[in-house]
Amino acid sequence: MTVTKQEFRHDFAIIASWLPFGAKVLDLGCGDGALLQYLKASLEVRGYGVEKDDANWLAGMSSGINVIQMDLEAGLSGFEDQSFDTVILSQTLQAVHNTEGIVREMLRVGHEVIVTFPNFGYWRNRSQILTGNMPVSKSLPHQWFNTPNVHLCTINDFDQFCKDSNITIKERLVLTDNKPVTFMPNLMGNLAMYRLENTQLK
Amino acid sequence: MQVNNSVGIVAPQSAHFDAPLTLKSGAVLPQFDLVYETYGTLNADKSNAVLICHALSGTHHVAGKYAEDDKYPGWWDNLIGPNKPLDTHKFFVIGVNNLGGCHGSTGAASTNPATGQPWGSQFPVLTVEDWVTSQTLLADYLGIQQLAAVVGGSLGGMQTLQWTIAYPERVRHALVIASAPNLTAQNMAFNEVARQAIITDPEFHGGDYYAHGVVPRRGLRIARMLGHITYLSDDAMGEKFGRKLKDTIKYSFDAEFEMESYLRYQGDKFAGEFDANTYLRMTRALDYFDPALEYNGDLSVALKKVTAQFLVVSFTSDWRFSPARSREIVKALLDNERTVSYAEVTAAHGHDAFLMPDPHYHAILRSYLDNIQVNNIQVNNIQVGGKA
Repeated sequence: MTVTKQEFRHDFAIIASWLPFGAKVLDLGCGDGALLQYLKASLEVRGYGVEKDDANWLAGMSSGINVIQMDLEAGLSGFEDQSFDTVILSQTLQAVHNTEGIVREMLRVGHEVIVTFPNFGYWRNRSQILTGNMPVSKSLPHQWFNTPNVHLCTINDFDQFCKDSNITIKERLVLTDNKPVTFMPNLMGNLAMYRLENTQLK
Repeated sequence: MQVNNSVGIVAPQSAHFDAPLTLKSGAVLPQFDLVYETYGTLNADKSNAVLICHALSGTHHVAGKYAEDDKYPGWWDNLIGPNKPLDTHKFFVIGVNNLGGCHGSTGAASTNPATGQPWGSQFPVLTVEDWVTSQTLLADYLGIQQLAAVVGGSLGGMQTLQWTIAYPERVRHALVIASAPNLTAQNMAFNEVARQAIITDPEFHGGDYYAHGVVPRRGLRIARMLGHITYLSDDAMGEKFGRKLKDTIKYSFDAEFEMESYLRYQGDKFAGEFDANTYLRMTRALDYFDPALEYNGDLSVALKKVTAQFLVVSFTSDWRFSPARSREIVKALLDNERTVSYAEVTAAHGHDAFLMPDPHYHAILRSYLDNIQVNNIQVNNIQVGGKA
């Protein structure tokens, strides 16, 4: 087995801390499968990834994870109700068109849902807007004209969305540069991480 | 570009089976032969065997050539060979002509030992289950207890699926490509039209045309033409032929459009080399395959005992075995929490795409097959260590 040197991902570690050992996990928009690899190695999760992009799909499958090629926008019709312990949407929410539908589908398929996204309310983003430009940063690397992100939101926005949609926030953690942020998270936090469950199902 | 990664010159072999084989229909084949080819070398612990299941008109001649000047190699030569996606340096690959076929395995044109005459109409109707059972007998004959993988496209994918259902302990990996868990009514309807073309050909003689020294060419030809339409996508046909004329409009019913001469050529070629009784039985096997049937149509229950790891592949423009049908297989595997990856390849060629060397498609197969563990190198080390 080859060990590749990888930078420590605090968000991966937090996601792992929200999962039981051996959990059955569905990772939507799994990319090259790095998160699932990490969770397999650390928690022996039984994992499946969903990925639309050919190159990512191939990278994920080659690395030994299960990857189902499909477009999230079409929903999760191939997955039974409550058939996963946890469904994860890691830094993909902002690129999804049918945001509300996807979150509902995740809550249908998983007992729990983990959503992470770049916080648009982060002060560095705000300062770029104040200077008159759309934010471009490490977590939002695209220009306004080529970004895949269509539904950027702030922590406040997502809190409100959960409240309106009757979704319980079990836990919320905010990171900046791999470190937890507790003081004024909507201003100081770069990456928002939510652990959710469906209120109506409880 | 000439790349020297062919398995080279190959020769078919034949295995004879004396024990009577009871078929799903209840009919019994008193004895039979299976003709097959192999490429690569079976390793010491026989853990590197890969079986290729063929589709409707396929054969055991999967890779290589019989002679240097053969015009065409085996039907899946672009996949199989040294350093090809299914690498014969690593794997021992087996191609087999299915029972009831017309390329050397026992079929309707073979001699019925009871009568000394060709079986003809008396040759039983076979099922995918029967084929797989006969393939396990060939594996036994070759001394292979467990296959590293079974690979099949279309009808071959159905056989692959059946292997994992009926003989879970004998297959580690299943590559189910451009296939389906059963045929839709529309799909079966194409088969029915093809069969009617053959059966109503005056030279069919109820299936006993061998005795009359004729072949129902006309029926076979139409059956094949119809098949070819369904194997291509509308776009692929449009791109290949469009409305192109061979010459000018002649106000006749000759092959004036290029598409027409293509279909006629394919039909003629097929009618000259394929057996009508085989065609009838192959399409029937397709129609009958439905592993979920005995479980109230619940494929997830049908796949409960499956243990193999799966790669399922479909092609976006394949309307005869559409991606939606492959996703049914994937869903049933997910319901059983099996190891499965699913690729939906963007391709313009329709059902035929599974035979094309599309780079992404071949990268998928190569990558998946590369990850399959076989003991090619380790075996020697372990043996040396153990004896020391």
